[in-house]
Amino acid sequence: MRYTMNKKQKKELARILTAAAMMIAMHFAPVSGLWRLALYLVPYGIISYDILYKAMRGIRNRQVFDENFLMSIASIGAFLLAVYDGSGDYAEAVAVMLFYKVGELFESYAVGRSRRNISELMDIRPDYANIQQEDGSLARVAPDEVSIGSVIVVQPGEKVPLDGVVLEGRSAINSVALTGESRPRNIEKGQDIVSGCINMTGLLKVRTTKVFEESTVSRILELVEEAGSRKSKSEAFIAKFARIYTPIVCYSAFGLAVLPPLVNAFALGTEAVWHVWIYRALLFLVISCPCALVISVPLSFFAGIGGASRAGILIKGSNYLETLSKVRYVVFDKTGTLTYGVFAVRAVHHNTLAEEKLLEYAALAECASSHPVSRSLQAAYGKPVDRNRVRDVQEISGHGIVASVDGIRVAVGNDKLMDRLGIGFTPCHDSGTIVHVGMDGRYAGHIVIDDEIKEQSAAAIRALKKAGIARTVLLTGDNRLTAEQTAERLGIDEVHSELLPADKVAQVEILLKKKKDEDRLAFVGDGINDAPVLTRADVGIAMGAMGSDAAIEAADVVLMDDNPEQVAKAIRIARKCMGIVYQNIVLALGIKFTCLALGAVGIASMWLAIFADVGVLVLAVLNAVRALQVQNV
Amino acid sequence: MKKTYRIEVDCANCANLMEEAARKVSGVADATVNFMTLKMKVEFAEGAEPGAVMAEVLRACRKVEPDCEIYYE
Repeated sequence: MRYTMNKKQKKELARILTAAAMMIAMHFAPVSGLWRLALYLVPYGIISYDILYKAMRGIRNRQVFDENFLMSIASIGAFLLAVYDGSGDYAEAVAVMLFYKVGELFESYAVGRSRRNISELMDIRPDYANIQQEDGSLARVAPDEVSIGSVIVVQPGEKVPLDGVVLEGRSAINSVALTGESRPRNIEKGQDIVSGCINMTGLLKVRTTKVFEESTVSRILELVEEAGSRKSKSEAFIAKFARIYTPIVCYSAFGLAVLPPLVNAFALGTEAVWHVWIYRALLFLVISCPCALVISVPLSFFAGIGGASRAGILIKGSNYLETLSKVRYVVFDKTGTLTYGVFAVRAVHHNTLAEEKLLEYAALAECASSHPVSRSLQAAYGKPVDRNRVRDVQEISGHGIVASVDGIRVAVGNDKLMDRLGIGFTPCHDSGTIVHVGMDGRYAGHIVIDDEIKEQSAAAIRALKKAGIARTVLLTGDNRLTAEQTAERLGIDEVHSELLPADKVAQVEILLKKKKDEDRLAFVGDGINDAPVLTRADVGIAMGAMGSDAAIEAADVVLMDDNPEQVAKAIRIARKCMGIVYQNIVLALGIKFTCLALGAVGIASMWLAIFADVGVLVLAVLNAVRALQVQNV
Repeated sequence: MKKTYRIEVDCANCANLMEEAARKVSGVADATVNFMTLKMKVEFAEGAEPGAVMAEVLRACRKVEPDCEIYYE
């Protein structure tokens, strides 16, 4: 999509072109003396009336030192100099204003464009929702008019407008705009669907579970837009800097105009050469405009946060982005973060019976229970359970289950159950939850049930190490053996196990005391039960936030999907963005100070001064937009 | 109470000035201007009437930046 100029920009362009054309014409006009001055004042008036007006207003409102004031003084000064030395070279005075205007126009155009680019990237806001009419036709309504429990129709190619549950149909949905994950996901009846995804193949009927304002899309947009209100230290620095910088430059310009001539005249006894020093002072004023800095730093942060949100990483403010770039300690919660948070059978240690048979009997005996352990047994068994084979189910609380399967007395439970039934069992050296199986009073083996580690977890820790993270720490409520084995398998440096939620906060506090002052600590959790730790850490990262409000509220950084590798990516994006911010600060200040120095000793011309003002601005804006590119970070 | 308004302003520095000006208006508990999204978020003080306060905010902002616009109606 092309970005076109708005009305104001077009008007400005017309003013610039008119003034420029008049200047060119005047260059050839054989006029001199006062008439020449009067003629040059016409384009000057056209190009600068608003700036002069604003400068005057500023003085009246006691807001003297802004760029309007700088430019007015610089151009008026240049006029006076030209009159004084009788050169009749008024072109420079008009040029200062003309190019300042060109710079302003470019700034406004570039910002408008990048604003457009960024909002296009975050173009997840759905425009309409389809509601089925009684006659079967579809009516398009605004998403915020749809109430909870309405049935909406999402056609292939359309954005899902509201969060809901699929009632009918099956399709593939693409959530790339939300999570950065471009692989389509299959969805069918009964599954939750999140707004902002794109429906790719089939027609879906969805019953909405949230109003638009509370749907995922709205929350994400709000979050990204609100990110600007939490300002980083660098932004605060720039704002403060701009406030003192302009007055300092004005006073130094005044000093430059007055002191050397006085020294020349009185101390050295040479000619004062007032006009030379006043000219240099005017250069000072032109160079000193703080725009490049003031605009490029917030623009870099905005682009960085916008880019990160495209990769499925929501950063709630530029201050968090700054903190994230300094993270050297990453503390993980285990369940739901590095593991799936779902129990699964990891091993079957059998003696006489075949592995599948053991699982089958255990699954059948447990078929009536909805305990996570029984569900994991049934999932591992993987076949439909024929309940007719099971009789006399007896649940012994805190022990396990005894039931008759195919006429065999099957006992499934822990050590206590085996003791109680007098079955001699083999203790297991493996970590995790151990489920023993006894059949007709004889020991048949045991099943190890564990919370499965995510397939990306090991890679996630490796990526963090590669990114220079000093220490990774695992905090968990699990028993020591399980925790230590998990840490060892993933290559985590430090483990603390058997912790209650409050203990986790205490552990994080110990770590915060231990680390170096300039290092930052991130805590990564799934947003459930770990809100206190998320807030205590320097930066709290919640994952798996698709549809979970609690996580979005509690954390500073929200990962849309539950892939732990995103943590390292978030840190890399933050570092890239901060790199750009520093580049811009150094670039803008470096060029400005160099030009100021050159101007002071008389090497710089008005044209170099204009480059230092406008050119630096252009470069800084272009560099800032680079922060949007996060795909290959 | 918090409300978000669409604004129009040309330069980042002017946006900062608007933010400062808005914060000083009585009835405004806090105000933030996001130049990139062109939004002003105003948190009103207890019992303040948003319409009247926003008229005052606009007047204060016009003082520092005559070209600015706040769409509050």
